[in-house]
Amino acid sequence: MSAGLSAAASVRRVISRAPLFLRYLFIIALALGIFALILVAAGKDPFKAYADTFAYTFGNVYGFSELIVRMIPLLLTAVAVAFPARIGMINVGGEGQLYMGAWLASGGALALSGFPAWALLPLMTLLGFIGGAVWAAIPGILRAKKVVNETIATLLLNYVAPMIISYFVFGPWRGVESSSYPQSPAFSDGARLPSFFNTRIHVGLLFALVSLLAYWAIVEKTRWGVQMRAIGGNPEAAERLGIPLVLYMVIVMAIGGGVAGLAGMGEVSAIQGRLRQGLSPGYGFTGFLIAWLAGGNPLGILLMTFLFAVITSVGDILQITQGLPYSVVNILMAVILFVVLGRRSVRRASR
Amino acid sequence: MIGVLLRGVLAGSILSGTLLLYATLGEVIVERSGIVNLGLEGILLIGASVAFAIASVTGSAYLGVLAAAAAGGIAMLLFGYLVVGRRANQLATGLAMMFFGMGVSALVGKSFVGGVIAGLPKYRVPWLSYLPWVKGSTLFNWDILVYLAIPVAVLAWWLLFRTRWGLGVRAVGESPTAAFAAGRRPELLQYQALFLGGLLGGVAGAHLSVSLTMTWNEGMTSGRGFIAIALVIFSKWHPLRAIVGAIVFGGAEALQLQLQAQGAQVSPFLLDMLPYILTLAVLIAWGGARRSAAPAGLGRTFYGTE
Repeated sequence: MSAGLSAAASVRRVISRAPLFLRYLFIIALALGIFALILVAAGKDPFKAYADTFAYTFGNVYGFSELIVRMIPLLLTAVAVAFPARIGMINVGGEGQLYMGAWLASGGALALSGFPAWALLPLMTLLGFIGGAVWAAIPGILRAKKVVNETIATLLLNYVAPMIISYFVFGPWRGVESSSYPQSPAFSDGARLPSFFNTRIHVGLLFALVSLLAYWAIVEKTRWGVQMRAIGGNPEAAERLGIPLVLYMVIVMAIGGGVAGLAGMGEVSAIQGRLRQGLSPGYGFTGFLIAWLAGGNPLGILLMTFLFAVITSVGDILQITQGLPYSVVNILMAVILFVVLGRRSVRRASR
Repeated sequence: MIGVLLRGVLAGSILSGTLLLYATLGEVIVERSGIVNLGLEGILLIGASVAFAIASVTGSAYLGVLAAAAAGGIAMLLFGYLVVGRRANQLATGLAMMFFGMGVSALVGKSFVGGVIAGLPKYRVPWLSYLPWVKGSTLFNWDILVYLAIPVAVLAWWLLFRTRWGLGVRAVGESPTAAFAAGRRPELLQYQALFLGGLLGGVAGAHLSVSLTMTWNEGMTSGRGFIAIALVIFSKWHPLRAIVGAIVFGGAEALQLQLQAQGAQVSPFLLDMLPYILTLAVLIAWGGARRSAAPAGLGRTFYGTE
């Protein structure tokens, strides 16, 4: 027992002296190892799953392009978390905000199907942003007025948003040509975001990169960023300095939600081409993990998003080749978080 | 018609409320020790899947409930290792627990999707269950977990407010440093509270799968863990007030099911939103009063006194 502990301690010492990059590599290797043990215990073959994932994602151009396709909603939902986190607000509602963005953008696409792309797409983008922003502003206002904690409010609203979508695709927006399947009619060509190079990589990638860049610029280069940091550090002191706390909380939360809404808009406009249930396999939650693990660092968000695009592909592979539900990949995400949470605190405690 | 609806809602609110009560009681005990567990949803899922799997394999729903309680307790010890032992951020660890529960339950339940089990046996109350109005409903014809729910709430109240252990847990929840100075061991008490909370969370999940639905579906708890966390606020961290909260919230779920069963002209999806909207509405209404009732050390990491 004590030998094991001291061995663990010396491993930890080696790790904490290693460069950051190696440290992350170690965390991921450890998490993959633990997940592999769980899969072995479940009678599955983790090594084949990992090898398949590698071949599927890095083995050919199309697989790699699919990684980038997946990075789009993950990047957007991560920014949706990172931005409010700067002022100490915890937005766990990216999933619901994504759905509401998808919903409002779809509403625009269906109502104005005759519009040309140059008019309709910007409008849908705006609607997607507004859908997510309004959905996030609700918990933002409740928190700013000190009524309800934003964590629990955003979590609860995550369950409401998909039901609004279900109501519309089963009811008012149900397509005639697809009456056996609950989904909206296909969008007109003018409502489809263009894709690049014969892949599914779409203009949403630009939304994501611009959002990330804007996040970096606002936080690092503007007076707002300075004020946001002041609020995040000590809200009472910031308020005494005359920073409009309530306004910041509502607006920052709304912007975060709006960015998540763009992810929803991208999914319906570029990927699905119609509104349907189950748009997102938990992108909003994964985005939360990404932003949290990256500690709000923009470059970190980009790298973590890539990593999580690969990790969620493990879920697809497990589903396709080993007959496991996609959600099993949540164990891997949880284990990564457990490892990081367990490690990070060591350093803080030893300080 | 109104009578039938009322009877259905009443019967349903007790069934749905039972699982909410167990989950809320567990979270009350955990939060009284100063720790927020946002991963309750994951614990419920683990409980539901383990109970169903064990009940399927062994044929005994009771064994399923016991296994679910054990699984919930173990999962919460893992949570405890991170937030108490490693002093990790409680919110992030809680959300990680939610993911963990989603994944583990999907893995455990995979072979049991569409499976059939006997479910927990039901026992009639000799005279009451044969009253004319009650007959033909599930009232007074319950499984053992329903009968035990209120006694367990009283037990939780007694533990927290009438024992030395409970005094220690509450002291740790208010100020771990002061509790430590008074000769208590904050970490040990927190581990114990978490384990107890895990047992109750596991039982709550079990009641859903081996009694209410008697099926296993991925993500079948559909946010009840978060509703229970809101119920803790609603009940001001008090086990007995949690009984009222559980019945009211169980009633919202039951009303939604009854309206659907009676063929109300409202979309089922809009009715499905009812419990979440109600939860939020109650939190808004209770917003001002809650801060004074919360344990002072809630959510803060105790870094020890060395």
